[in-house]
Amino acid sequence: MTLHTLSVDRFQRADRVHELPPVEASELAVSRPLWQRAWDLGVVRKLTILLALVGLWELAARYQANPLLLPGASDTATALWQGLASGTLIQRSAVSLSVLLKGYALGTVLALALTTLAVSTRLGRDLLSSLTSMFSPLPAIALLPLALLWFGLGEASLVFVLVHSVLWAMAVNIHQGFQGVSETLRMAGRNYGLRGLRYVAHILIPAALPALLAGLRIGWAFAWRTLIAAELVFGASSGEGGLGWYIFQNRNELYTDNVFAGLVVVILIGLLVENLIFNTLERITVKRWGMVR
Amino acid sequence: MTSLTALRKQETPRHTAMPPLPATPRLAVDGVTLEYRTPRQVVKATQRVSFDVQEGDRFVLLGPSGCGKSTLLKAVAGFLSPAEGEIRLDGQQVVGPGPDRLVVFQEFDQLPPWKTVKQNVMFPLLASRTLGRREAEHRALVTLEKVGLDAFADAYPHTLSGGMKQRVAIARALAMQPRILLMDEPFAALDALTRRKMQEELLTLWKEVGFTLLFVTHSIEEAQIVGNRVLLLSPHPGRVRAELGCEADSLSNLGSASTKSRTQQIHQLLFEHEGRP
Repeated sequence: MTLHTLSVDRFQRADRVHELPPVEASELAVSRPLWQRAWDLGVVRKLTILLALVGLWELAARYQANPLLLPGASDTATALWQGLASGTLIQRSAVSLSVLLKGYALGTVLALALTTLAVSTRLGRDLLSSLTSMFSPLPAIALLPLALLWFGLGEASLVFVLVHSVLWAMAVNIHQGFQGVSETLRMAGRNYGLRGLRYVAHILIPAALPALLAGLRIGWAFAWRTLIAAELVFGASSGEGGLGWYIFQNRNELYTDNVFAGLVVVILIGLLVENLIFNTLERITVKRWGMVR
Repeated sequence: MTSLTALRKQETPRHTAMPPLPATPRLAVDGVTLEYRTPRQVVKATQRVSFDVQEGDRFVLLGPSGCGKSTLLKAVAGFLSPAEGEIRLDGQQVVGPGPDRLVVFQEFDQLPPWKTVKQNVMFPLLASRTLGRREAEHRALVTLEKVGLDAFADAYPHTLSGGMKQRVAIARALAMQPRILLMDEPFAALDALTRRKMQEELLTLWKEVGFTLLFVTHSIEEAQIVGNRVLLLSPHPGRVRAELGCEADSLSNLGSASTKSRTQQIHQLLFEHEGRP
């Protein structure tokens, strides 16, 4: 626009036209201080919380001054180190984890199959909702006596209760995820000729991944709880016991520091799986795709 | 009906040597009645709607909300089947969704967020097993260049603006080279400036590629800009009020007297029963 086209309005305000010089890069963005950037890292914040909790625990233990009831963080650390060095804790964890993974994997596959059925037919949906409302409130441990009766004193019984504890919570989550997939995305998939299992694999599962991951997380927590509790009840009759059995045995012999060490291992495995596996999965999928903030 | 004949008279002198109409149109919508079910009743969305779209047409379905234009488009796409009548693509009856009739939706979430821009454009080619991975990738990149998004091939959709997302959706549909491209108010969720730009780009693409387009809108202006023929639908239930040619109306002569009077006429045809101009 040239100047002679400028007009004057009823308040005699002249039009304004500015020439815009380029902006320096240094003016556009200023880098933030180091501590602010460090605090943005989840690891830093979480470690701080962890350290604070351990500090509180140690203080409480010192105040209590009864290592038989409440061993401190340092005592537990020693017991943990000894348990790891002797290989007992590692071997017990391996036993627990192998049973856990079997039950978890089976439960996940069954949950996916059930929800696939539920999204494809009305009857399947009713089946899923009836089954979940019936069995979801049933504590897995309550099924253990029955499982022992049916499958004997072995791994099969543990896997059975694990599947039960994982399946329903996961199925509800996955189904909710499938239901939440937008109509537009569904139509787009069908538009390209996707149907049946290909439709589930290419549209429903990725689109419902946030809910699916939530289901996997919940299932994982449920599985751990059930397994440790089952091992406490069930003992080491399958030849060699897992972590639950380790905790139970040491409590009987009043090695409270070993009990704590066992519990710490459970917690550590939980933290590792949560932060290394689930968070990574989330980062490379749903976060990268902008489906979750 | 008087206004309609007046319009026809305007139209004729411009085309002195008209080519004969092909025997089979690209798309034939033949006496189509569409219904949808609510829990309580069956509601009629359109009643015996008929129109033909010829190859290379930019055919616009225009009408107020409730005239069933989007439902009609979904039926052409194959998501709904008519309660009465028939829809034929090149003489073949439409029975279900298929990649020969690709839809560009209004919603931005039509792009799977887990696929990059390039993967999105490749998606229908691979899902319908039209092309192998290599060829699909090549065609995706060529098409993305046409809509000016080749620099964003590896970006994820959530990092794009609304206009760019719609461009990806258009590229995705064009890459498939469908027999007819269906657009369901594709620019309605965009801001006015972006919308205008997208209309321009769509017309440029059409000149370049020469696809057949069925376009749904509720904006008279958009219908005039985008379309060469406009089907006016009346609401509740959707029935054909008129079919007009509007090749002469374009972005470059929006302010011209003839375009303005055409706008007036369309407005009258759509709303005269309401007693307003």
